[in-house]
Amino acid sequence: MIKDTRSTFSRRSFLAASTAGVSMLAMPSVLRAQDRSIKVGVYGGYFKDSFDKHIFPKFTEETGIAVESVAEPTGEAWLVQLEQAARAGAAPADLSMMSQVAMLKGQSTELWAPIDMSKITNAGDVLPQFLNKYPDDRVAGVGAVAWYINLVSNTEAYPEAPESWAFIWDPANEGKLGLLALVSNSFLLEVTAKTFFGGTGILDTEEGILKVMDKLAELKPNVQLWYRDEAQFEQALKSGEIPMGQYYHDVTGLAAADGFPVRSTFPKEGGILDSGCWALSRASDKVDEAHVFIDFMTRPEMQSLMSLKVGTAPTLKRDVLALTDEEFASVSSSIDPIIPRYDLYTSKADWLNQKWTELIVG
Amino acid sequence: MRRSAPQKLTDYLPITFPTLMLGVFFVIPFGLMVMVSFFKRVQGGFYEPSFTLANYARFLSPFFGEMLVFSLGLAALVSIFCLCLGVPFTYRLTRLSRRAQVIWLIGLLGVLSLSEVIIGFAWSTLLSRTAGLSNLFVWLGLMDKPVAWTPSFAAVLTGLVYQAFPYTVLVLYPAFSRLDPSLMEAARTLGASPVRGFLNVVLPAMRKTLLATFIIVFIFALGAYLLPQILGRPQHWTLSVLVTDQAIYQSNMPFAAAMAVFLVVASLVLVAISGQINRRGGGS
Repeated sequence: MIKDTRSTFSRRSFLAASTAGVSMLAMPSVLRAQDRSIKVGVYGGYFKDSFDKHIFPKFTEETGIAVESVAEPTGEAWLVQLEQAARAGAAPADLSMMSQVAMLKGQSTELWAPIDMSKITNAGDVLPQFLNKYPDDRVAGVGAVAWYINLVSNTEAYPEAPESWAFIWDPANEGKLGLLALVSNSFLLEVTAKTFFGGTGILDTEEGILKVMDKLAELKPNVQLWYRDEAQFEQALKSGEIPMGQYYHDVTGLAAADGFPVRSTFPKEGGILDSGCWALSRASDKVDEAHVFIDFMTRPEMQSLMSLKVGTAPTLKRDVLALTDEEFASVSSSIDPIIPRYDLYTSKADWLNQKWTELIVG
Repeated sequence: MRRSAPQKLTDYLPITFPTLMLGVFFVIPFGLMVMVSFFKRVQGGFYEPSFTLANYARFLSPFFGEMLVFSLGLAALVSIFCLCLGVPFTYRLTRLSRRAQVIWLIGLLGVLSLSEVIIGFAWSTLLSRTAGLSNLFVWLGLMDKPVAWTPSFAAVLTGLVYQAFPYTVLVLYPAFSRLDPSLMEAARTLGASPVRGFLNVVLPAMRKTLLATFIIVFIFALGAYLLPQILGRPQHWTLSVLVTDQAIYQSNMPFAAAMAVFLVVASLVLVAISGQINRRGGGS
């Protein structure tokens, strides 16, 4: 009896071993199929849905490279995850869309693998401000999309569109505002500097920054919500609970198109122009695929498609794009934008964060 | 059943697995956190191994002191509210029929299945100006116009008490259902009113359970970081919110770790103090 069991056992293990052997032989083709895929991190929610629906299938169709999209959190949470993973030699996504502050922080630890621009057909058409470079001129990231953070309002609560950022300081707006809670994603220092101090130059010195913060402190009674989570404010804006604030131009436009009483305004001081780069983790082994992907995404027709379908502003020169003036105006503006002082958020990160937290908490 | 201390190595076998799990999933991560809290923060980058007390030094300021006091105070207040509601509730619950008890307990467990996010958003809607309860009061003629009750301290407290209440009842429930009914009967026979009997006999008999519940709810509330953000203003943010900010949004792991270690130490000290008080109280 015991003998029987043993022989069955060994027969089974033989079978198991041969199955394993056969699959080993079949492996190369599996590996080859897997080779032609890439994991891409994009902001979760509406952004990722639009990319999954309108953009990635086109790429796979043309190149045969499958895209596995990964929902990444906004802010620097994703940077922390990529950084930790790269230290362990893993990459939760090969390419990720990274905002400017996160790009710079990643650059300081050499997190991003350099991009070979000779493999990017339209390299010359990318606007220079959307190319992130290491000090030695290697390219760390290539502009994916740009977006505006604008002055948004509920059309029922505010029948007239506000014209200037200064309007949010109006004491009549007490308890009416929703603003981003972090110094490094609200860019309210830049807004205040440009609105009241003639430009962001005043932020060069710590005294200047403190002066701007004093002006910002006057805003506090008007703020009902300091939000980290976008959904929290979007909901309140749509319902009129919090009828004004700063929010993304693209998503607000979509909500308005869905019939919600909201509008996004480019104030006369300009909207806040932020952007995302495609950046490749140094732990990724999909370097070739990543270049094919970036090449594809920087084509004028893809940039136009993203503007139309996702509502983002293009990162290429205006004249290579096939967008009509009206289409271009819906995602961008001729008003000189407020460009965030990204340098501050790396060189003075902790000091700014401390002062900012004291400002809004105190 | 007689219990004897473990004699042989094999007597320890049953606790090997839990010990291993505790080690792998608690002690090692906690050790790593303590280690990182001494690492050097690289501004605009990440962190590098070294030994510095700078992260703790930054924490020792009036600003963070106030935040710590606020967080501890909020957690204590949540515990007090939960006990004030939970003790009479659980006492009444254990006097109900078996069937009714099961239904109530299932309902409470249902609340536990809700995520903190859902609880936060539900309360922020309930307390909002446009869709909240105040509209109902206006309709009933009790108020003139709807008002926003969130964000406010009361909203944070409400949300946290709501979230912690099922835990309170679940911790209190076994002790209350084992409570000897003759204690109350004796009190009544000796002429005490039901309320007096409850306050003077039942509560003192449950002293240890009450303290244990207080500590569990307190530590639970101390770790809350989502509800204060959703339902509160910046001045109602707890230390846990700032830990999250530092870890996730500022990629300042060493400082976040230092704050977390401080929070753990502060709560351990409080637990130790209450343990001492309890021992002294029990001895007298």
